Amino acid sequence: MTPHMLTRSLDRSATIFLLVVAALGVLIPLSNLLLPAGSFLQVPTYLVALWGKYVCYAILALSIDLIWGYCGILSLGHGAFFALGGYAMGMYLMRQIGTRGVYGNPVLPDFMVFLNYSKLPWYWYGFDMFWFAALMVLVVPGLLAFCFGWLAFRSRVTGVYLSIITQAMTYALLLAFFRNDFGFGGNNGLTDFKDILGFNVQAEGTRAALFALSCLALIAAFLICRAIVSSKLGKVLIAVRDAESRTRFLGYRVESYKLFVFTVSACMAGVAGALYVPQVGIINPSEFAPGNSIEAVIWVAVGGRGTLVGAALGAVVVNYAKTFFTSGMLAPYWLFMLGAMFILVTLLLPKGIVGTFNAWRESSSERRPAEAARSAAAEDGVTEPKMAE
Amino acid sequence: MPANLSARLCSLALSLFLIVFALPAFAGPFEDAVSKFANDDFSDTEEAIGAVASSGNPLAYPIISALQDGRLMADPDSKKVYVTGADGKSIDAATGQPVASVPDSASAVRLNNRLRRSVDAAIGGLTLMSPDLGMRLQAAQSVFKSHEETALDAVEGALAKETNRSVKATLGDARAAILLYKSDATEVQKLEAVATIKARGDQEALALLTGIGSDQPASVTKAAASAIGSIQSSLAVWSMVQNAWYGLSLGSVLLLAAIGLAITFGVMGVINMAHGEMVMIGAYTTFVVQEVIRTRYPGLFDYSLLIAVPLAFLVAGALGVVIERSIIRFLYGRPLETLLATWGLSLVLQQAVRTMFGPTNREVGNPSWMSGAFELGQITITYNRLWILCFTLAVFAILLAMLRYTALGLEMRAVTQNRRMAASMGIATSRVDALTFGLGSGIAGIAGVALSQIDNVSPNLGQSYIIDSFMVVVFGGVGNLWGTLVGAFTLGIANKFLEPVAGAVLGKIAILVLIILFIQKRPRGLFALKGRAVEA
Repeated sequence: MTPHMLTRSLDRSATIFLLVVAALGVLIPLSNLLLPAGSFLQVPTYLVALWGKYVCYAILALSIDLIWGYCGILSLGHGAFFALGGYAMGMYLMRQIGTRGVYGNPVLPDFMVFLNYSKLPWYWYGFDMFWFAALMVLVVPGLLAFCFGWLAFRSRVTGVYLSIITQAMTYALLLAFFRNDFGFGGNNGLTDFKDILGFNVQAEGTRAALFALSCLALIAAFLICRAIVSSKLGKVLIAVRDAESRTRFLGYRVESYKLFVFTVSACMAGVAGALYVPQVGIINPSEFAPGNSIEAVIWVAVGGRGTLVGAALGAVVVNYAKTFFTSGMLAPYWLFMLGAMFILVTLLLPKGIVGTFNAWRESSSERRPAEAARSAAAEDGVTEPKMAE
Repeated sequence: MPANLSARLCSLALSLFLIVFALPAFAGPFEDAVSKFANDDFSDTEEAIGAVASSGNPLAYPIISALQDGRLMADPDSKKVYVTGADGKSIDAATGQPVASVPDSASAVRLNNRLRRSVDAAIGGLTLMSPDLGMRLQAAQSVFKSHEETALDAVEGALAKETNRSVKATLGDARAAILLYKSDATEVQKLEAVATIKARGDQEALALLTGIGSDQPASVTKAAASAIGSIQSSLAVWSMVQNAWYGLSLGSVLLLAAIGLAITFGVMGVINMAHGEMVMIGAYTTFVVQEVIRTRYPGLFDYSLLIAVPLAFLVAGALGVVIERSIIRFLYGRPLETLLATWGLSLVLQQAVRTMFGPTNREVGNPSWMSGAFELGQITITYNRLWILCFTLAVFAILLAMLRYTALGLEMRAVTQNRRMAASMGIATSRVDALTFGLGSGIAGIAGVALSQIDNVSPNLGQSYIIDSFMVVVFGGVGNLWGTLVGAFTLGIANKFLEPVAGAVLGKIAILVLIILFIQKRPRGLFALKGRAVEA
């Protein structure tokens, strides 16, 4: 009975979320392009780019919520998949510059001319074609996640150990991408982009289109996540989160489930990165910094772990707060606030904004406060055990 | 020798002389010799050079080097000779008495090429006999490197008189180097020279031996080739030793940073991401202690670290207890949430320190007993690294003893093995938790004192150690301090052995990848806890 009520209520919040994202995805670009500049309702271009960034962060947050909220895998290295997707897109954008670079070399990007490369490294081949780059946006993070997850889950590296080695992974990539001879622009990364698919990246129309595309990607990611977590597979994932050994003893191949969801999540993060780069105009190794990945986890925690809607909401709220506070006179206090947010959310709001709101609504509508304290998702996993495939 | 160096040496010797000796003026062979410079005749000048150089008079070196630089002024009318120092002051060359000004009639003593050679030889000989030990050693070294044939007599003369052992050895090497390259040296002499240089066995000796031409006798070429081989293999051994030492040193730093983490992680299952900030706070405590000492009690500076160690332990430990009581204890059983909360805490602590002390590096000095270095064979060992290694091992031993022999240690071990059983036996687990966290943080504070001696004290100090410390703990396994010890030294040494092969950054990446792979094989580290605690 309770699960049904919950599914319906979750469905409703999901519908509202999808409608809001779709409306933003249509209205913001339209207002930016059609209304005269300076008009009250017109959204300035810089805001379009800024909100585009938030939407990309929301996709990243969704991907983290999928594995952390529903499968209990706390990855402190998801920023690495995000950045790899970003680099794949950045490589495409670099190849599109062509002879318009400072050195005017038709094949080699500026930094390679500067660093005395005689020819294009092999791993840059194919990135002049958009379809190839788009494929790589999915394949590179997905492949890394698959290999990493295959090694880690098969030997039952769990909990904080997994968190720490994911952190080590992104740290190793950070060090690698900082190197000039690694062939990705070293410290400066990839920047100075001109065109995407023949459109100027700086143009208002392109930015509006990229924003709309990001919203579309967010909707798609959300639907994929919903499909996964509400399927039978999702139920097993929740079982793994709540009692991994018990699930294994029931005959499920826990590592296969984990590997699947980890890889999907990494691909999603890669797409988020790929959409992020043309809107921000730069990708550099600092995106691999372990701090970034941990910050992304806190977005999910703030919004509400295991709620999907909450993850996306948390990403937008925290980043909006970041923009707001770091641009004003409160800038020196931002890190205090971010740190306090980490502490207070974990101590006082363990379910995050959306989780707490759901619990409150549930308890007030059903007048059963005792029930509210228990995790609804946990009940799902326990009440419907499945036999092995 | 470049002119400005010899000028500097000259003025140094000059001022030394002026301070120490104020010789009474008396006429003698030295004065006669000096006055010959005023004759403006090349053969007289040559005689004068020879006489002055062999006089043993402390003025000889200033005079000859002034002659070399064109600063020796002679007045043909009064037959007086003056040495103009690099600083513009002049002395009377015969007496060493300062003079107000050199007469206008005086002009620089002229040299020709033949004279320049004898000046050079005289200079070499004079520096080799300089009363200053460092200067003699330097001169002998430079002769060894240049192996000029003309210096042979000077070297042999100096060799006969030298009493200091290390200078004597260097002079012997220099003589051997000259003989090896001297075209008319006998085969026996050359073979002896090869043996001497082989015994020296460093990079310079290797360069010298590889540089000999093909016109040497066959036996010498053969001896040289075998000497090169043996030097190369001994150098390889020394470079291994050097890498091992660097590795031990890095390992001790890692151990110091990780050991507190191992305790909190092992006993409480708590991932403390703010651990690095405890290290930083220890380093800043050292800074504050040194500031107070500098301004109030400068005489205590050498004891600053001894004062800072207990203070840092108390400051960081107390902070640790406060953190445990106010944050961590609400999060037991939720290790991932603890990780996030302590990460937030680390941001707050960093920013707090940045606000209080500024974002730039603060200067923490080395006490005199920690500065400097000594040579061990072919490698150089700095005192601060050596002290840190000893200090780390001492901290480790104390901690081990504490866990083994004190009541708190017993309780901590009990809680580590089985928390609920320990609680049933009447151990106040929450008190043990608070004290354990305090202990772990306090040790991090001590680590900060040590790290302040070799690293920049900045708000980011902790950040640079946190990932490495985690690697050590994960690699070594939790619940066992020996695992941390082995983990830290293995990683330290592996890192330093990979560095020359792969470069510093690639070496580090390789280590990270190796750990990630290692974790697959042993998910709980080298020294894993066995039994029920594992699945808890």
